[in-house]
Amino acid sequence: MESFTRLTGRAAPLPAANVDTDIIFPARFLLITAKKGLGRYAFYEWRYGPDGEPRADFVLNRKDFQGAEILVAGDNFGCGSSREQAPWALRDLGVRCVISTSFGEIFSANCFKNGMLPVVVTADQLQALMADAEAGVPIEVDLEAQQVRRGDGEVIPFEVEPWRRDALLNGWDEIAIVLNQDGETIAAFEQSQRAAKPWLYQGE
Amino acid sequence: MSATAQTLYDKLWSQHVVRDYGDGAALLYIDRQLLHEVSSPQTFEGMRVSGRPVRRPAAHLTVVDHAVPTRDRDKPIADPLAREQVSLLAKNAEAFGLRHFNLHDPLQGIVHVIGPELGFTLPGMTLVCSDSHTSTHGAFGALAFGIGATESEAVLATQTLRQARAKTMKVCITGRLSKGVGAKDLILALIGRLGSAGGVGHAIEYGGEAVRRMSMEARMTLCNMSIEAGARTGLIAPDETTFAYLDGRPMAPKGELWKAALAHWRTLFSDPDAVFDKTVTLDASTLAPQATWGTSPDQTAPVNACTPDPASAQTEADRLKMERALAYMGLAPRTPFSDVAIDNVFIGSCTNGRIEDLRAAAGVLKGRRIAAHVTAIAVPGSRQVKRQAEAEGLDQIFLDSGFEWREAGCSLCVAMNDDRIPSGKRCASTSNRNFEGRQGVGARTHLMSPISAASSAIAGHIADPRDYL
Repeated sequence: MESFTRLTGRAAPLPAANVDTDIIFPARFLLITAKKGLGRYAFYEWRYGPDGEPRADFVLNRKDFQGAEILVAGDNFGCGSSREQAPWALRDLGVRCVISTSFGEIFSANCFKNGMLPVVVTADQLQALMADAEAGVPIEVDLEAQQVRRGDGEVIPFEVEPWRRDALLNGWDEIAIVLNQDGETIAAFEQSQRAAKPWLYQGE
Repeated sequence: MSATAQTLYDKLWSQHVVRDYGDGAALLYIDRQLLHEVSSPQTFEGMRVSGRPVRRPAAHLTVVDHAVPTRDRDKPIADPLAREQVSLLAKNAEAFGLRHFNLHDPLQGIVHVIGPELGFTLPGMTLVCSDSHTSTHGAFGALAFGIGATESEAVLATQTLRQARAKTMKVCITGRLSKGVGAKDLILALIGRLGSAGGVGHAIEYGGEAVRRMSMEARMTLCNMSIEAGARTGLIAPDETTFAYLDGRPMAPKGELWKAALAHWRTLFSDPDAVFDKTVTLDASTLAPQATWGTSPDQTAPVNACTPDPASAQTEADRLKMERALAYMGLAPRTPFSDVAIDNVFIGSCTNGRIEDLRAAAGVLKGRRIAAHVTAIAVPGSRQVKRQAEAEGLDQIFLDSGFEWREAGCSLCVAMNDDRIPSGKRCASTSNRNFEGRQGVGARTHLMSPISAASSAIAGHIADPRDYL
């Protein structure tokens, strides 16, 4: 997995609340079985008109925000479906960090698996960052220091679970780590569970 | 308060910790995984690239449900992408040695319907699926939650997941539901109260008199939509109703194993003095049937009420949300639901596609005709449900009323097959999400119970089911 340490740049503002993963990646494109190149379908209904032409008023169609690595989003971003195509498509567009007051939990977990950082801030902090984004003032996101730094120097600290932070900073393949570190522990767990709850191992 | 008192969630969590990282996170053992055709291609590709084997093939079950057509099953799937995806799951299941239910298998159905009906889902388990409605299985007292495709790969390879421990929320539902009000109304009202992010970070446990009196089907409806309040997990402590449902299911334990399992399952409840991070109480007896008016499941109101007026919103943000939703839905403020004409009706999904749901809807439809301008489909949640309904003659009641009777699948809950609501059309739906475009580009969805959807089909507008009982 690609590591994440620090980012600086203009952020794209997306103030709507409850942007669900169906909006981020409409279901009909889930028939595509690839993981790469999904950015073209991101926010499809918001990005393109019925004629397939880009809507001039959608933020990611505005020249200033194309390729923005940071998204400042309204409350409860990424709620709904578990589809990992949502972060894959955002990543393909260039987004590496989303800032909001809260996230759909599965979306948030999926971001961490794809070298992307979801940052939770307060409503007041979000309002300030949204204003920065609208005004084109660059924002800095520093995972090591767990800080978002605004253009005026204000520092916004944020929380992130230590294991998720470590994995992201180092770009770890978590499956390899679990198998290497805990292969025997898992086997021991299975052995004792099989003895205590044999119905879970019927026919095995 | 006893120091050792545990919630049901605490018990399920601690019984599955492989390694405690000491900071609220643990490596959690995952007993079972369900996989479907839409969220699994990239998961299996990851396994193929890494060259890792599946650790416990018997712990996984694969089935096609999302992209499958609900008619013309004797012909090849018309959409080449859907056809490819459906056959890819069969190939992947074979390559990795996993049990698979294909389109023509008599046990095929929606992943969250067949898990319980096969007895694959059991109390006390951890169970995951790359699908957010995995919370459904919590109705059995299983710690069940939706995950992503990459996490799904971790479960195939390691049978574990790193997880952060959730906070706990007790939802106590006192009193009894009145006639015409069911689990769907209850969960919609609860989501309306909590908000669509009100359960984020929490595992919800449902309890109280109304829940104890519920059938397993109703409990599954309740737990299914926990995610619409933001909670990945919904739980109900198993009881005699649970055990009676599971007894004799094909994959449920038998004989001595059943007895041993039962003894364990009887320990799965929150201790009387266990402490929850949050407690919410809801009086079931005061609830009316619900319908959603907006584009988020928390935008709900009693079916005999009106759409809200954004001018009365408490905050500017709420006003914007309401305005945006009403505009998408093509509704004016303060419109009575009974004035909202519908074009389509969908009865089905992992929320309301079980036998009890079909029986309830058929009870309303018997001897009646749906409005001439309404197109209505009934889609059983599984082929077993379909056979049962047909044995009871429910299919004929649906057909006689003007409904179409379809094959099992997710259908109009996610609109990934050829079942779509045209742009601008309005659907009374028993599914779980009223998101923009969820039932087709530009489609407008009103979530409600099976009897409300059946009543609305007859009336041709959103209707109060109590007028049709």
